[in-house]
Amino acid sequence: MTSLRRRIVSRAAEIFCAFSVLVALLPLAFILFYVIKEGIGAMNLAFFTQMPKPVGEAGGGMANAIVGTLILIGLAALFAVPVGVICGIHLSEYPKSKFSTMARFAADVLNGVPSIVIGIFAYGIAVLPVKRFSAIAGGIALGILMLPIVIRTTEELLRLVPAGLREGALALGASRSRAIFSVILPAALPGILTGILVALARVAGETAPLLFTSFNNRFWTTNLGQPIASLTVQVFTYAISPYEDWHRQAWAGAFLLVMMILALSMIARFAVRRLERMNRP
Amino acid sequence: MRRGDDRWFRIGTGAFAALVLLVVAGIGFELTRQSLLSIEKFGFGFWKGRVWDPVSGDFGALPFIWGTLYSAILALLLSTPIALGIAVFISELSPRALRQPLAYLTELLAAIPSIVYGLWGIFVLVPIIRKLEVMLGAKPALGVGMLSAAVILAIMVVPLTSSVAREILKNVPSTQREAAYALGATRWEAIKVAIGFGRTGIIGAVMLGFGRALGETMAVTMVIGNNPQITASLFKPQYTMAAVIANEFTEAADELYLHALIEIGLLLFIITIAINLLSRLLVRKVTA
Repeated sequence: MTSLRRRIVSRAAEIFCAFSVLVALLPLAFILFYVIKEGIGAMNLAFFTQMPKPVGEAGGGMANAIVGTLILIGLAALFAVPVGVICGIHLSEYPKSKFSTMARFAADVLNGVPSIVIGIFAYGIAVLPVKRFSAIAGGIALGILMLPIVIRTTEELLRLVPAGLREGALALGASRSRAIFSVILPAALPGILTGILVALARVAGETAPLLFTSFNNRFWTTNLGQPIASLTVQVFTYAISPYEDWHRQAWAGAFLLVMMILALSMIARFAVRRLERMNRP
Repeated sequence: MRRGDDRWFRIGTGAFAALVLLVVAGIGFELTRQSLLSIEKFGFGFWKGRVWDPVSGDFGALPFIWGTLYSAILALLLSTPIALGIAVFISELSPRALRQPLAYLTELLAAIPSIVYGLWGIFVLVPIIRKLEVMLGAKPALGVGMLSAAVILAIMVVPLTSSVAREILKNVPSTQREAAYALGATRWEAIKVAIGFGRTGIIGAVMLGFGRALGETMAVTMVIGNNPQITASLFKPQYTMAAVIANEFTEAADELYLHALIEIGLLLFIITIAINLLSRLLVRKVTA
């Protein structure tokens, strides 16, 4: 009797677990469906090549915002990649030192700080002193957001490199730095690049830290000292506006963002698979 | 000579690592420095004040703290059972061939930017919630409000909690489950043993989700209605700490206003750090 009850409970719990997978995948399908449906409908050549039109005029595009996002994530990578990769090297080379523990901890902390707070920091160090919103400030905010991801992937991937490679290099008389930069880092490079791609995909979708760093710009600019448009901020502005035509553009912008991110994560997944196969003994 | 070389390598790369420490310390310093006016003027009263009136220069953060905690807790109530269910299904129940794809799909949910959630929230979720409110006879039936925010947060938090919980379950020694089976346990009873073994880590996973929900900005801003009021109503528009910063930062005309907003950011910084540290300690206890 009790055994029957227990078996029923067990079965019910298993069904609940399967059900919860469905519950989570439902919104995913729902969101992707809308982004694709509304986005494709609003997508056209003008979206990529034209500037935003003033209110009331139909058409126009997000050319400036697309370029703005590319500039911003380029700046972010410029700030975060050297620091992140070298910090990751240090952590993997001296994993147990007190200093490394502290730095790893700091990276963990940074990873949990809300992006809007990072935005305030970037505002404080890069906007306030010059009293002007700028692409540089936005790039700094996104760079700080990227940093923990780059550090972690670099550290983890360097540790995956077979010990034999390092021993071989050291046995040939290479110094530690030589062994790292000529042997170990190149072996892990594809993986690290993948991690950088994932990090870029993540920050390309950030909005909050850009609101008061790179701000927005209705005009075409590549001047790093000036406010600059970005896809995310533009989507936000359009989404909360009362205009039908702007809503359409917002969906198109969201579609482009999601496609960019999916493509990057797909490439990353493919690369990780290859790496795993390579490292299998 | 080699030894000297190594030392310079250590110091040189260490300088870059120090930069990371510097950034974290710099965030704390800068947020404090930029909120001094508000800290000096209001003291602890800032956290208890219920009035947010930029025109007369009276700032109290309680409605935002309330909205942030309330929305995050509601989101947690919605997301935790689902996230744990997913973790259990993927790590314990699912056929081996399905594991990777399912894990990948749930993580895809985490890759979608906040702004896209917000857009979807405004045009798809909010109308649905509005219909629900009309059905329930709720007043006002706006659609935007606490419930919409909680639902969107829950969806966004699920992938984080479930992926950490999955990692925890993977680290539970299989002897735990085998012992349970040997005593005649059903499948679910054996899973309960595994969950019990990893419970500190699972609590950590849930807390990580909580930390994420507290700091989430765009999606919440777009659906919560942005009205600083303290109410337990699920349907009324409310406001969160992150949302008020996002909305009013560039409008802050005088310095006190700006400093009050940055002080809210400072509190958000402190809370999220505390929660992240605690949850990481819990998670590490199990996985390390």
